[in-house]
Amino acid sequence: MPENTKPWTKKHLIAIEDLSAEEITQILDTTKSFKEVSSRDVKKVPALRGKTIANMFFENSTRTRISFELAAKRLSADIINFSSSSSSTAKGENLIDTVKTIEAMNVDLVVVRHSASGAPHMIANAIQAGVVNAGDGIHEHPTQGLLDIFTMREKKGSLKGLKVCFIGDIRHSRVARSNIWGLTKMGAEVTVCGPPTLIPAKIEELGVKVSYDVDAILPHMDVLYLLRIQTERQYGLFFPSIREYAGEFGINSRRLARAKKDVLIMHPGPLNRGIELDSSVADGPNSAVLDQVTNGVATRMAVLYLVSGVKNESNR
Amino acid sequence: MKPILSAQDMDKALSRIAHEILETYQNQPVPSLIGIRRRGEFLAQRLLVKIREIRQKGSLDFNSPEEPNLGILDINLYRDDLTRVAEQPIIRETILDFDIEEKVVILVDDVLYTGRTVRCALDALKDFGRPKAIRLVVLIDRGHRELPIKADFVGKNIPTEADDVIHVHMTEVDGEDNVILENEKH
Repeated sequence: MPENTKPWTKKHLIAIEDLSAEEITQILDTTKSFKEVSSRDVKKVPALRGKTIANMFFENSTRTRISFELAAKRLSADIINFSSSSSSTAKGENLIDTVKTIEAMNVDLVVVRHSASGAPHMIANAIQAGVVNAGDGIHEHPTQGLLDIFTMREKKGSLKGLKVCFIGDIRHSRVARSNIWGLTKMGAEVTVCGPPTLIPAKIEELGVKVSYDVDAILPHMDVLYLLRIQTERQYGLFFPSIREYAGEFGINSRRLARAKKDVLIMHPGPLNRGIELDSSVADGPNSAVLDQVTNGVATRMAVLYLVSGVKNESNR
Repeated sequence: MKPILSAQDMDKALSRIAHEILETYQNQPVPSLIGIRRRGEFLAQRLLVKIREIRQKGSLDFNSPEEPNLGILDINLYRDDLTRVAEQPIIRETILDFDIEEKVVILVDDVLYTGRTVRCALDALKDFGRPKAIRLVVLIDRGHRELPIKADFVGKNIPTEADDVIHVHMTEVDGEDNVILENEKH
């Protein structure tokens, strides 16, 4: 890292769309340093000692919530978990009131996951504390995008010209959107592939190529990023059956054999074995799925550290 | 501004420190060197080379032939409020891939001033284990300690005023070797 990197100035992390390539690089470099902390015997540094972070998950999640919780704890911050099912939102309290109530307890940073796109942005405008988006609707999931890009950079060395293909339900994927914003800013070549019904119109305007034929583009790709078929959704209007999707777009061992030998297989989790990918692929040497999880904690440590360091004008 | 230490002065100081380390730990277990980023890292590397050269001459040695371990410590995650720089410090990696438990560890830094950086380094080392002893090498001791911290091996003592600034330049970072004392008033 150069000696005179500019200090981090963004109080919130809502979307990778708002970040410059330099800012993304700064997060990735900081992530690398924090990864070392998780490999120590004493997995803690006092960097955020005394800071309070609220995990406000209005949409269910175990993995992301635990990842943020571990990140905060390893930085010595205090973290409180708020989940909507067991809370006042069930009693009808509106979003802004709920968040302002938590803020009144002098929370320094709020991590928000919500099913409505734009919720973290709305919250950031209403409160003084910093806001980190842990996934909003189908808009963005910036820490997932950053940990994915970090994993690609770590495994492949460089992002410039890297050929990355996202396969699956692009339409409903905030993970794909965050990745696309980040990867295009960092100079990678992104392709999206899936049934035409699941690829949004005009997505080329984001700087990506579009394909509907996974077998045609497979041999050219350095990274295959498989998006989860969100079985909780009704896909009846989008494809005839899950079996047909798996046959047309699933990465099985036959397809893996036609890909580059060192192709990286990535997936945001949780895996649907036999649909997006076969077990042999998920558990094989090309898979970076578990690295993504490990890198997730380090990435979130970096984000929490950088965002917490931005001084508020007012003293609370 | 005339340098208060030239490249040759710095080199002589490091050679002397390397000798002192070997004299102190003659026929004892090999100590480990841990440089405090950023310039401490390069000072530690240079010390390692000098220690190697002196051992090769044969008259002074530790009690076993292996090389001292070399580690790098980034203390930015351990700063207390008063050492926090106005902007956010850049976090670099700490690389300590050897065991420090019950070993003698020699911290290496360029300038000893208030002592707070060294205090952070002691906190950081605590998370890696419990060394037998921690010793401190500094190139420059400029006085004005705010904590009860002292260096065990000093390159040069330079009395300073509180508003002086000491710049240590090293080829690895700044392209040249020297130490400059700057005061806005003069």
